[in-house]
Amino acid sequence: MIPAAFEYKRPMSLEEAISHLAEHGYDARVLAGGQSLIPAMRYRLAQPSVLVDINKLPNLGYLHEENGMLRIGALVRDTDVEFNKNIQSKYHLISDVSMVVADPIVRFRGTVVGSLCHNDPSGDWAAAAIAARAQMVIQGKNGSRVESIDQFLVDSFATSIGEGEMAVEARFPTPNSLTSGAYEKIERKVGDYATAAAAVQIELNPDGTIKEAGIGITAVAHMALRVVEGENLLRGQKPTLELIRAAAEEVRKIADPNPDARGSAEYKKDMARVLVGRGLIKALRRLNVVVA
Amino acid sequence: MEITLKINGVEKKLNVEPRTLLAHAIRDAGLTGTHIGCDSSSCGVCTVVLDGKTAVKSCTMFAVMAEGHEITTIEGMAQGGKLHPLQQAFYDQHGLQCGYCTPGMIMAAHVLLQHNPNPTEEEIRFGLSGNLCRCTGYQNIVKAVQQAAQMLQQPAGAAADD
Amino acid sequence: MAVETPNLEPKGIQGLGKAIKRKEDPRFIVGKGNYLDDINLPGMLHMALVHSPYAHAKILNIDTSEALKIPGVKAVITSKDLAAAGLSWIPTLAGDKQMVLADGKVLYQYQEVAAVYAETRQAAADGAAAVQVEYEPLPVVVDPYKATAPDAPVLREDIKGNMTGAHGPRRHDNHIWTWDVGSKDETEKALAASEVRIKQHMVYPRSHPAPLEPCGCIGDMNKATGRLTVYMTTQAPHAIRTVLSLVTGIPENNIRVISPDIGGGFGNKVPVYPGYVCAIVGSIVLGAPVKWVETRTENLTTTGFARDFHMDIEIGATKDGKVTAMKVYTLADHGAFDAAADPSKYPAGLFSICTGSYDFQKAYAEVDAVYTNKAPGGVAYRCSFRVTEASYLIERSMDVLAHELKMDPAELRLKNFIQPSQFPYPSALGWTYDSGDYEKTLKVALGRIGYAELRKEQAEKRAKGELMGIGISTFTEIVGAGPSKDFDILGIKMFDGAEIRVHPSGSAIVRAGTRHQGQGHETTWAQIVSEELGLDVDKIIVEEGDTDTAPYGLGTYASRSTPTAGGAMALGARRIREKAKKIAAHLLEVGEGDVEWVDKKFVVKGVPGKSVTMNEVAFAAYTNLPPGMEPGLETTYYYDPPNLTFPHGAYICVVDIDKGTGEVKVRRFVAIDDCGTIINPMIVEGQVHGGLTEGFAMAFMQEIAFDEQGNNLSSNFTDYLLPTALETPKWETGHTVTPSPHHPIGAKGVGESPTVGSPAAFVNAVVDALAHLGVRHIDMPITREKVWKVLRQAGVDSF
Ligand SMILES: Cc1cc2nc3c(=O)[nH]c(=O)nc-3n(C[C@H](O)[C@H](O)[C@H](O)COP(=O)(O)OP(=O)(O)OC[C@H]3O[C@@H](n4cnc5c(N)ncnc54)[C@H](O)[C@@H]3O)c2cc1C
Ligand code: FES
Ligand code: FES
Repeated sequence: MIPAAFEYKRPMSLEEAISHLAEHGYDARVLAGGQSLIPAMRYRLAQPSVLVDINKLPNLGYLHEENGMLRIGALVRDTDVEFNKNIQSKYHLISDVSMVVADPIVRFRGTVVGSLCHNDPSGDWAAAAIAARAQMVIQGKNGSRVESIDQFLVDSFATSIGEGEMAVEARFPTPNSLTSGAYEKIERKVGDYATAAAAVQIELNPDGTIKEAGIGITAVAHMALRVVEGENLLRGQKPTLELIRAAAEEVRKIADPNPDARGSAEYKKDMARVLVGRGLIKALRRLNVVVA
Repeated sequence: MEITLKINGVEKKLNVEPRTLLAHAIRDAGLTGTHIGCDSSSCGVCTVVLDGKTAVKSCTMFAVMAEGHEITTIEGMAQGGKLHPLQQAFYDQHGLQCGYCTPGMIMAAHVLLQHNPNPTEEEIRFGLSGNLCRCTGYQNIVKAVQQAAQMLQQPAGAAADD
Repeated sequence: MAVETPNLEPKGIQGLGKAIKRKEDPRFIVGKGNYLDDINLPGMLHMALVHSPYAHAKILNIDTSEALKIPGVKAVITSKDLAAAGLSWIPTLAGDKQMVLADGKVLYQYQEVAAVYAETRQAAADGAAAVQVEYEPLPVVVDPYKATAPDAPVLREDIKGNMTGAHGPRRHDNHIWTWDVGSKDETEKALAASEVRIKQHMVYPRSHPAPLEPCGCIGDMNKATGRLTVYMTTQAPHAIRTVLSLVTGIPENNIRVISPDIGGGFGNKVPVYPGYVCAIVGSIVLGAPVKWVETRTENLTTTGFARDFHMDIEIGATKDGKVTAMKVYTLADHGAFDAAADPSKYPAGLFSICTGSYDFQKAYAEVDAVYTNKAPGGVAYRCSFRVTEASYLIERSMDVLAHELKMDPAELRLKNFIQPSQFPYPSALGWTYDSGDYEKTLKVALGRIGYAELRKEQAEKRAKGELMGIGISTFTEIVGAGPSKDFDILGIKMFDGAEIRVHPSGSAIVRAGTRHQGQGHETTWAQIVSEELGLDVDKIIVEEGDTDTAPYGLGTYASRSTPTAGGAMALGARRIREKAKKIAAHLLEVGEGDVEWVDKKFVVKGVPGKSVTMNEVAFAAYTNLPPGMEPGLETTYYYDPPNLTFPHGAYICVVDIDKGTGEVKVRRFVAIDDCGTIINPMIVEGQVHGGLTEGFAMAFMQEIAFDEQGNNLSSNFTDYLLPTALETPKWETGHTVTPSPHHPIGAKGVGESPTVGSPAAFVNAVVDALAHLGVRHIDMPITREKVWKVLRQAGVDSF
């Protein structure tokens, strides 16, 4: 199918990009990897009148650690994360996600930041960013600001990015040696969005109790959600199967999925619960704590 | 608008609209080995290689976005009159039936082998899971990629015709 | 740049049974296939279609004015314009008729409403988006069981009140036909007298072949010559030419149908679709070539669906497991038009093969077809006319019976197989099975998979609360339609033709009325001819798909090519060999009676050193003939098979189930096929891999689903799920060989056995894994949720 016609802008600098966005307001859309936008345009579900292609912007492809944060520039592709040895060894949650987003070919183009900006109710990166307590860097005419992921993700397909702004970076805290995570996703086949998925991250105290926990679930509500009560239950406790069961059970209270071809609301809720449980068990196992 | 695309080492001046998909631009330039099979970026029969190491679904990229990149399509795989090991291996292992998915599959496998020169069967299945085939059931495609991996690891010139 | 073509190894003759590499591959692997969309003609226009968003609605108005204003748009047509040419409706292959563009109303979502012709594909798409259509929605019929309710809305107002259809009486305006076979009384009596009876309802869901290349067509009317050339993704070019001639009135010899390389067909590319007609009409009206290539959505929502059989079965047996009788009732959902691609006499195809591999003394089957607000179709999707449904029905039911009898499903099957001594076997529903050895094939499969150990493992696992299942399917197919006394489509008998021309220098060109879509005919036909004529396979070129050159034939689908065209190849070659023998005698200066065909050479009887090759004979056929003989070495052979062929197989599947999510993992799958003589083992194995994968897809993923408003919920590849390499299990294949006694080379055909035979094996395995939880049947596709429901209801849960 053929997208509707649009005006194409190819800024060569961030300033130029921002000025295009400012000029055209909500008629303009950032074009990053295009892996969500272009299919939507082919179905004419999206018909932006101006596209601002950011792919030629310099210095947005960085992926490195700095001040305890993994900084992911707006042009970092999923595969950059997937193939990165440092990420594979240290950032278990992110590494897991990078292998199950979309399909291997789509991942060569799709960007982490673009996925977060898209805030698809079934997006994988959003759940991971929630669990890992990521931050977003947003650039506008008058400079940049940093927001927590919870502030950034506003509603389905909506973020806190304002008119004339774009996201330039996502930041994930660098896990210490007592931190691990996991991503558990049920999909009907490769390339499908999640039926349900859960991102978890756990930081242990040296005494083996849980210092901090992050739980994000996706595809089971209007957008990816933080399982706050589940996190609260875990914090400060010694990990046991009963505790994990109880934390996972919290999912049921906040998940509110739409029934569709991927499953009934009941099924999706139950899967989110199972996946949170499995994620926690896996993350703990990665920290050499066996609970099951 | 007029754009210049470098496809298989040859610069081509093309007249496109901004909305022209790369897949259409490539095909309109006479390189019809790159196919189109869906509208949802699902099937991968349109897969081409960008800058040697990344595979892209050319239906999910506007032609204008490909300016400044080196595009390789199936037509650019055989070098010096000799089939690329992947082409030879698909032929040897009966890795194709109707042939419609084959160019995309070969391009995806090509990139897979760049990143993982010696993949296990599971890694091949994982790496090719963005490409559908409706005919072969994938088993012989997997074998073909294994054969090609072996051929590519042999010193140049020693790649025996199987 | 010329690319070295890889060598066929070894050189020399390559007859039957050799796993030679495919002759068609060199062009495909370098990107030089020539598929429909690769063809571009000077001045060619592009066509796009406008589709209905409603499943059932009256059309109040169509406004094309905005579309016509778009630069590049040349014309927009609607049903009214087609009516002027008498083409607003066309006949279907099943004796019904169908709208080309919506005539007054739409009957299914995505039905074609208008066609837009433009200079570029972009302009055509913009034009289609700009056509304004006003609809008045009508109540819809989605559930086939509600189609014939007294108060159901009448769908086909064009035939309202006409209670006689192409296949007999209709009892409701939404009823199409009833077809039955066997003795109802005797079957019911036998059932009543049976010690054990099982009843089961099962649905074979609506599916779609979805080849990766969508359908398409280029109409090219040359006004100067009056000749219409049509490039079309068709599996049956000659049948299409005949139909086109009938509907357009253009003499058949002024129509040339070219079916270029086809990117998979699987039955999808058999019927005539509205898009084809509009492209051709556009070319005739506008005087320029017109190309139409389907979008994936158009493919999935408007062209040839398959299956959609809703089946009820009852089986009787003795207490010790001998089957006695079978009664089947099926409701077939045909959608808005009866466009099923079945032979005329068989509106439910060969569904009456449903007694399968078992010796049923009594059987009765009845099928009712109804109209609903869904797309038409009913194509033989990688299967021989409804055989997939029949095979699934019996193989699933045998497991239900085994469960009821508390008997091992392998043992039950072994007890009821038709025995080798019973062939040719007359089935209770009227077929004569040609040959088979079901027990042997099953035993090979049981041994290969290690059945006894698996059952032991299963018992141990079950004790620990783990879920593992083993499923068997020992199916029998019926393919190769078919003998002209019974088989025709639109009156055209279902024989097939082969033309063989041996040139003076010993090379040959071979043409057939079939059209391959990946099955490897360019190789296998050459192998048959090579075997029969003793010519090197390298020197034989096979050509299909051009009606100007190929002999008439009904095409490639329903596994009919090997049984029909394959037979024509062999017999045509033998006819050439007869003539060649005379020439050989002349060259050897002996009488014809003194010459025999030994080791692919003509040899003087008793004088082994004195011989001539076919190469030498071929040269002589043009240079040195016996006096009075007609020169040349060519023939055209039309083969009318005496019977169908009955391939069979034994498939065994092992699954493990995740108690937390309901996920089913296929651990192993062993497929032992018996397709008679094997022409090329490599190609046969490839066909089996592909067919099993489609069977797997049907069992677990693929379904064309609808909501209550008749909205198609599977309109693209994000919703209609095809398995990738990662989901697809690894297949373990093998063979037994029981040649067909009546086929010239003993071959039966294999392209579809695995799609036909495998779904039941998957479902049986899953049900087997859950049987102790009280499960007797689960309908396809077996989603995780369906399994999850069973598990949670039984109190099974786990992280
Ligand atoms: C076949 C297929 C399967 C997929 N499956 C999954 C899946 O399972 N899980 C999943 O999470 N995703 C999936 N995706 C989506 C994919 O991961 C996308 O790549 C991703 O969601 C968006 O990234 P992108 O860079 O391609 O963004 P684009 O498509 O370029 O943009 C998406 C949206 O974000 C905006 N945007 C992008 N970058 C910025 C920025 N820097 N600042 C402001 N706005 C921006 C765009 O304007 C647009 O509105 C799938 C896609 C395909 C084609
Ligand atoms: S055409 Fe299907 S993914 Fe590009
Ligand atoms: S060979 Fe036909 S789709 Fe792969």
